[in-house]
Amino acid sequence: MTKLHLELTGVEMAFDTPKGSFIALDNINLKIKKGEFVSLIGHSGCGKSTVLNIVAGLLQATKGGCILDGHEINSPGPERAVVFQNHALMPWLTVYENVELAVQQVFRKTMEKQERQDWIQHNLELVNMAHAANKRPGEISGGMAQRVGIARALAMKPSVLLMDEPFGALDALTRAQLQDSLMDIQQDLNNTVIMITHDVDEAVLLSDRIIMMTNGPAAAVGEDLYIDLQRPRNRVALANDPTYVRYRQEVLKFLYEKQRKLESIAPRRANKAAEASTERNTGITARF
Amino acid sequence: MSTLTNPSSGTGVVSWLKVLTDRLTGAELAQTGKQLLLPMVGILIFLGFWHLAAPQVNTSLGTFPGPAQVWEQSGQLWQEHVNQRERADKFVTMQEERNARILADNPGAEVKIRGYPGAPTFLDQVVTSLITVLAGFFLATVIAVPLGIVFGLNHYFQAAVNPLIQIFKPVSPLAWLPLVTMVVSATYVSDDPMFEKSFLTSMITVTLCSLWPTLINTSVGVAAVNPDLLNVSRVLRLSFWTHVRKVVLPSSVPMIFTGLRVSLGIAWMVLIAAEMLAQSPGLGKFVWDEFQNGSSQSLSRIMAAVLAIGFIGFLLDRIMQVIQKQIAWNE
Repeated sequence: MTKLHLELTGVEMAFDTPKGSFIALDNINLKIKKGEFVSLIGHSGCGKSTVLNIVAGLLQATKGGCILDGHEINSPGPERAVVFQNHALMPWLTVYENVELAVQQVFRKTMEKQERQDWIQHNLELVNMAHAANKRPGEISGGMAQRVGIARALAMKPSVLLMDEPFGALDALTRAQLQDSLMDIQQDLNNTVIMITHDVDEAVLLSDRIIMMTNGPAAAVGEDLYIDLQRPRNRVALANDPTYVRYRQEVLKFLYEKQRKLESIAPRRANKAAEASTERNTGITARF
Repeated sequence: MSTLTNPSSGTGVVSWLKVLTDRLTGAELAQTGKQLLLPMVGILIFLGFWHLAAPQVNTSLGTFPGPAQVWEQSGQLWQEHVNQRERADKFVTMQEERNARILADNPGAEVKIRGYPGAPTFLDQVVTSLITVLAGFFLATVIAVPLGIVFGLNHYFQAAVNPLIQIFKPVSPLAWLPLVTMVVSATYVSDDPMFEKSFLTSMITVTLCSLWPTLINTSVGVAAVNPDLLNVSRVLRLSFWTHVRKVVLPSSVPMIFTGLRVSLGIAWMVLIAAEMLAQSPGLGKFVWDEFQNGSSQSLSRIMAAVLAIGFIGFLLDRIMQVIQKQIAWNE
């Protein structure tokens, strides 16, 4: 738990736009320990996804860098598995084949065929999706598909699991269910997790630590809050827990008092969905 | 007479057609029962209109043929085919008997085996046309799909080639044909040719005209792969070939098939024109020969060919649709 695992040093991200260089992130410094569950929270367009994409290696920081277990990150790799918001399963493959594609690629040299099959099965069972192994993503619900996306990521045995608003596209009940599953899995496997979220409750319930980001452009780490709540956590019991409520208030205060957006609420809410989607597609985040 | 035979012949064709499409698409019989009625009404009205309008049109070869004459000539064409086959069989047996006799007299003798010299029938022409169109379409596919993948993967390449595609795409087969003919006769020189030159000319013309929709659709499909899936591929560090095979190609299969179906339709249309002009055996030549022949039955026979061309085009598209259903993941 105490070993230094992942380190971001002076990360700056600038995008070239027709209007000149646009600085999305400015001097991000983070040290993350092994097994830590870290949430990144902030308003839309503050560069959360950019941070995640840099750790994933999908984007290259223009300044500074990122070190994982002593190696610099400069390209994507399965040791930093990503769970995407919209599951990103191959629609032409079955649930089993989707996980198989990853397992085949990562373990084709180190595992026997039977071993790989067992490992795929094990991961599907972990997310309670073994019953739908032969279904296509189009035949299962969004929540189920997201479970498979998580199974695929876990099957790569990643040292860091990166989650980009993994439950953002799901309804509240399914989301709660998946959050509970994720907590159980995390309890067992003790993966390092970096999760992007918009949801304050989700962040406080799941995380060991919440990184709150300031608004862009040139977003930076605003506050770094450690959540010292006993695990396993129960959402119902915690609802009235004074410590939980205090953490929750701290995040809310940061988001809605210190980093309040300048425009009025109504148009911002309308923008939020569109913003979130462009954020994912282009990786260009800070807009306001 | 014709008013009595038309409806029955019309429904005969329709029901046969429906049975065929049922088998091809595997649709439920109950559903097709519902869908059967309106097309039937449409075809009947068309036949009635045709029957009434045709005698009003006078040509130098007599009045335009109505449905009855065309039906009669279709039967005639079939009969000619049957007769021709019988004669061909007779010819072969006679030849075999003669050769057997010669060999019995002199076991060392060299026997000659000649092909039946009779003219190809309408059905022979249909088969020739089908073989030519499938060969041309196959060649177009083999060229267009890999090229489309390359263009779709690399947008520099795409930008460089796009103007060329846009310019060559609308070119009519008739414009290509003289060039193809000259090039084929100049380059395909062989004492023992595997293919007829006319076959090659038609086939290459078909290829040149039909590869564009597949090429464009493939490159668009490849360029439009969901960015999330591309990121998955990068996270998994798939090699270039695995990436193309496991992500790009399956993802663009629906678009590729849309292109293939348009291509096959164009290929069939182009082929008829090419055969007419190139005088290569096939349905196009049949139409042209009948036109030159100029007998009182010619127009009916051409009309029968027109219907056959349309029907075969329809069948080809249906077959592609069935293959698409088998292969494409979104069906």
